[in-house]
This record gives sequence, C-alpha cells and structure tokens, in this order.
Amino acid sequence: MTETPLVHIDNLNVEFPLGRKLLGKPPMLKAVNGVSMDIMPGQFYGLVGESGSGKTTLGRAILKAVPISSGKILFDDGDVSYDLVTISQTELKNYRKLAQLIFQDPYAALSPRMTVRDIIAEPLEVMELTKSRDETDERVREIAAKCRLNLEHLRRFPHAFSGGQRQRISIARTLVCNPDFVVADESVAALDVSIQADILNLLKSLQNQLGLTFLFISHDLSVVAHICDHVAVMYLGTLVESAPTRKLFANPRHPYTKALLSSIPSLDPDDSKKAQKLEGEIPSPSNPPSGCKFHTRCIFAEDRCRQEVPVWRELSDKHSVACHFSEKLSAAS
Amino acid sequence: MSLLSVENLHLQFDTDEGRITAVEDVSFELNEGEVLGLVGESGSGKSVTAKSLMQLNPSNAVYGPESGIHLELDSGIVEVLSLKKSQELEIVRGGAISMIFQEPMASFAPAITIGNQMVEQLLIHTSLSKKEAAELSVEMLERVGINEPAKRFFQYAFELSGGMRQRAMIAMALSTRPKVLIADEPTTALDVTIQAQVLELMKDLVKEFGMAILFITHDLGVIAQVADRVSVMYLGKIVESGPVREVLHSPVHPYTKGLLNALPKLDALDEPLTPVPGDIPSPLERPPGCVFHTRCPEVIADRCNASIPARADVGHGHAASCFAIKDMEEAA
Repeated sequence: MTETPLVHIDNLNVEFPLGRKLLGKPPMLKAVNGVSMDIMPGQFYGLVGESGSGKTTLGRAILKAVPISSGKILFDDGDVSYDLVTISQTELKNYRKLAQLIFQDPYAALSPRMTVRDIIAEPLEVMELTKSRDETDERVREIAAKCRLNLEHLRRFPHAFSGGQRQRISIARTLVCNPDFVVADESVAALDVSIQADILNLLKSLQNQLGLTFLFISHDLSVVAHICDHVAVMYLGTLVESAPTRKLFANPRHPYTKALLSSIPSLDPDDSKKAQKLEGEIPSPSNPPSGCKFHTRCIFAEDRCRQEVPVWRELSDKHSVACHFSEKLSAAS
Repeated sequence: MSLLSVENLHLQFDTDEGRITAVEDVSFELNEGEVLGLVGESGSGKSVTAKSLMQLNPSNAVYGPESGIHLELDSGIVEVLSLKKSQELEIVRGGAISMIFQEPMASFAPAITIGNQMVEQLLIHTSLSKKEAAELSVEMLERVGINEPAKRFFQYAFELSGGMRQRAMIAMALSTRPKVLIADEPTTALDVTIQAQVLELMKDLVKEFGMAILFITHDLGVIAQVADRVSVMYLGKIVESGPVREVLHSPVHPYTKGLLNALPKLDALDEPLTPVPGDIPSPLERPPGCVFHTRCPEVIADRCNASIPARADVGHGHAASCFAIKDMEEAA
C-alpha cells in the first residue's frame, strides 16, 4: 500500500482516573488500550463492540474530544496533516472543520429553540466559513437538499419532525462545513427499522457524492456488515480483530468475533444457532482480566491466554487479529 | 376459550391536542404455554396494548365500549376492563399477569434491595410467610442463572450488571407463578451476547412453567427465535398475524414485507437495503382508510384511503388486513 491513511493510529491509550487520591496517582481506567488502526481515504470503516468496549472513546479520541494518554494519531488528507497529540489550539480549530461527529440520539442532539435553518447554519457561523448571510443560506439549502430536506422544513423547529427526519437534519449540520472525515456514533441505533435503512442508504450516497471517509461506530453487526468496507471489533478497550467486511464475516479468526456473529438472532425460526453462546458477561474495565482480556469467556482459553497478552498480528492482507490460537481456530471450524 | 383473549380493543388518549387513537380494533388470543410476539415500530401501540391487559395505562386512557379483555383463571373468567378498584386489579396485576420491562434499572427501586422487593410482592400475592418468600426468592434467582443468589438477594439494583438485572427482573416476575408474562422489549437494552443468553433462558422457562408469554419487540430476529405466533402492528392496528414461520417466510401485508426488506441481513450482503418509503405519520394525523396507505408501495388509488380493509385469511391461521390480498383471492 503506497496510499497514506487519512487517520493513522498507533498504540493509542486513553485513560481516565478513577476517583481522586490525596497522595500519588489514582488508579486509572484504560478505556482504550494499545489500539492501532489505519483508516484509508474514502473508506467506510466500521467499529463494533458491546457496551463498555471503548468504541465511543476511541471515536472521540480521533476527534480530540478526550485527552490522549499516550500513543499517536496522525491525520493527513493530502493537503494538511496534523499530529493530534501535539496539535496547537489554532490547528485544532482547523481540524474541527475537517473532522466531524454525528450523534446517536436525534432527539437530544437538536436544540428545540432553534429553527432547522439555524441549526444547520450554526457550524458555518461559528467557524466563520461563510462571509455573508446569503452565502450561508445558499450553503444550508444546498446541503439540506442533499440530505433530502425541503426548503419548507428549514423554517420549522425540530419538534415538528419524526426521528428519521431529525437524523437527516443532524447529518446536514455535520456535513455543512464540508468535512473530510465523519465519526458516526451509533447513528441509526435510535431509529426504527423502516427508517434505519433509509438513513444508511443516505449516508452511503453522501459518502459517494462528497468523497467522505466514515468511522461508523455501532453495536449492530448486521448494519455494519451492510454499510462498511472494513470492520474492526473491540473488546474491553482493545482491538481483537480487524478485516475487510466480507473476510471478517465469512471467516472470523477471533473467538469473540465468532461468538458475536452467532449471537445475532436469525430471522429463520428453524435456525437456532446453539453453537457458540457466550457464557458470562463483559468484565469491568476498571479491573480487566490478565493476559488475553477475553479469556474469562472464551471456550478455547488455555493457560497461555491467562498469562500472555496476545500480539496484534496480520494474518493475511489487511486481516489482523489478537489471539494466540487463530490458526487452530480456523482449522476447528 | 383460550387463556387470554382480547377483543376489539380500542384505546384513545385524551391530550391537550385532542383525542389520540393509540389502538384500534385489536383482537388476539393467547393460549397456555404459547409465546405470542407483538412486533411494531415506535408508536405502533404495542406497549399500550400490553399495558391494557393490566390497566396500567395512565388515567387519560379511554377504552372503547366494544373493547373486551377476558382472562380465564381457575376461579372463573375475569373481565379485566370492568375491574375498577386497585384491590380488584390485584388479581391480574402481579397475580395472574406479570410484566418485565425494557430498562431493568428503571424497574427496580434503587434504594431497596433486590431481595426485599422480591419478598414484598410475594407477601402481597401469595400466602407465603416472610421466611418462605425469602427462600423462594433465592431459589428463583438461582433458577434464572444468577451466581451467588444468596449474596445477590441482599444487593441493590445498581450493584448488578445489565444482564443480571434483567435476569433478576425475570426471577421476580415468575416467582408469583403468573399465568401470563408480558415481556416488553426485555432484551433491547442488552448487548447481543447477553440478549442471546436471556432469550435462551426465557425459552427454557416457558417449557418449565407452562405459562403464556406476550413478547413485545421491534426486532424481527428476536421474534423468529422465541415466538410461536406473531402479530405485526402498525399505527395501533394489527396488520398481519399468524404462525412465525408463515409470517416471516411468506409475509403478505406490504408493511411486513417492507419491514423484512429494510432489515440488514447477514446472509445477503449484496442486496441493497430497501427502506419503507416515507415516515411514520404522527398519531395526530392518522391516515383515513388503511393506516398504511401513505407509505404503501402497493396502494390502490381511491380505495385504500377510503375504506378500512377487513382481515383476510390466507390459510394456516395466517391473516392480514389488506385490499391487495382480497384481490389476489378474487383473481385466483
């Protein structure tokens, strides 16, 4: 690969202090622990995991919305490049124009006291991207049309809209400043099935039209499978597997990915996948297990897994995994 | 007669903006040992339908005069909607019917231990002594797969994880041995791996206790895995109902078909997602005629917006309310 990644993450750690201590350092919760990934320009990159796996924190770290404890995040869109660890305040202002976030809950994300036009225009005004009101209006109308909102909608307040329409408003606001990179954090989780498909299709077509790169965070594997080109699976702050979507779903090489896939309830009543139901629950991130973090729930766990942290290694082209026994696992299935 | 039968349930709410229809002409039956799935999107009226079974809807709820909910108990048939006093309602509330909710953290009192809450309801609904009730509670906690049940008994809801809380909720609901269990989105707030565990548990418990479950969810995959029969609701009406296999393999109502097409499927990654066109209408602007005609791809002009389609049987206990089906029959 000669192409430079848009976002390059190397051994990233994000830690939060657990309470305060009078003397010395308080214990730290490792929300993101040694994550490395490359997001290529134009990619629809999926990030999946259960609650508490650190996927949202990772997304926020890339937007520099949480403090980075150690590691490296580089952003390079060909014109400008930023090192997010050492980024200055002025540079950060510019970075914010290039990297944006779509929130989960379209009911909480929109101010009830602003018209849709003002909501969408706000980023332009704050970032001083437009010079006149006319220019702002034109830009708002343009992006609203792309997000399939009509002009009459712009005068109304958010309460007049359904969940799907609100999410389209929220997407329009995110994209109005013409970003390169968008983090979509559980952006369809609050929507009904019949609306969800519509928003997914919209995101995909906007990506093609505007040449965007997405980091799509979700707990729903079937949604990720449909929309993403590449998927990374997180468990307790670490990546356990990362591969192009098809490869990951056809041939998962980490027992956790396998278990996640078999936990999805099938639409076929006769197909009750009894095979790999996971026992137990995700351990607390404040007191993670030793060695491989998944060993407490893994049916293949051996002594080695309890002691030795598995290395993040590339099995085949773009398919990486952190498990001691990936080769054995694929032979077993 | 079946264990529970709901006939022509009409339910409206008095609000500042006028009277809103939440449920219109809903009928279904539930037999012993059966799991009936009730699927629908938000605002489809599935939760208020379930709450009607125990009269848990707020005081601005107005039930239609034709509505009937009958529950067959050993002591005779109970007409649920005619019960007025809360003392009378104890027969159904927590007695013959138990309910588990979506958010287990919100369903447990935060300042009372799990054990005390379980014992309290047992003292109200059964003749057990306090000691017996405590023993039964611990036994139930163990039965639903909670480790160290004796310790959990003395803990508060916040000390348990999400999956554990939902298990405790199920243990509590089942300890009074209800005839009917209403499960309102019991796994929606849980992670998939935990959801799989809880669904497995619920299936085992139906077999063991022989009760009936009314399982409410928006997730067709969950329905496929737990329910025997399913009713699909849209804007307060049941548009299609039948055995799970029939409905999911050969849906006949355009809404059910649309829902299934909109669902991302793991075994068909190349197929594009087809959303159901348009948005769910606001309950204040309820469409006339067939409620789905504003979004229906098979809409028949001047007909679907004018009159309400009757329920048409398509065989094997599978029925749907749609004019397109009637036409199919006539053509055949």
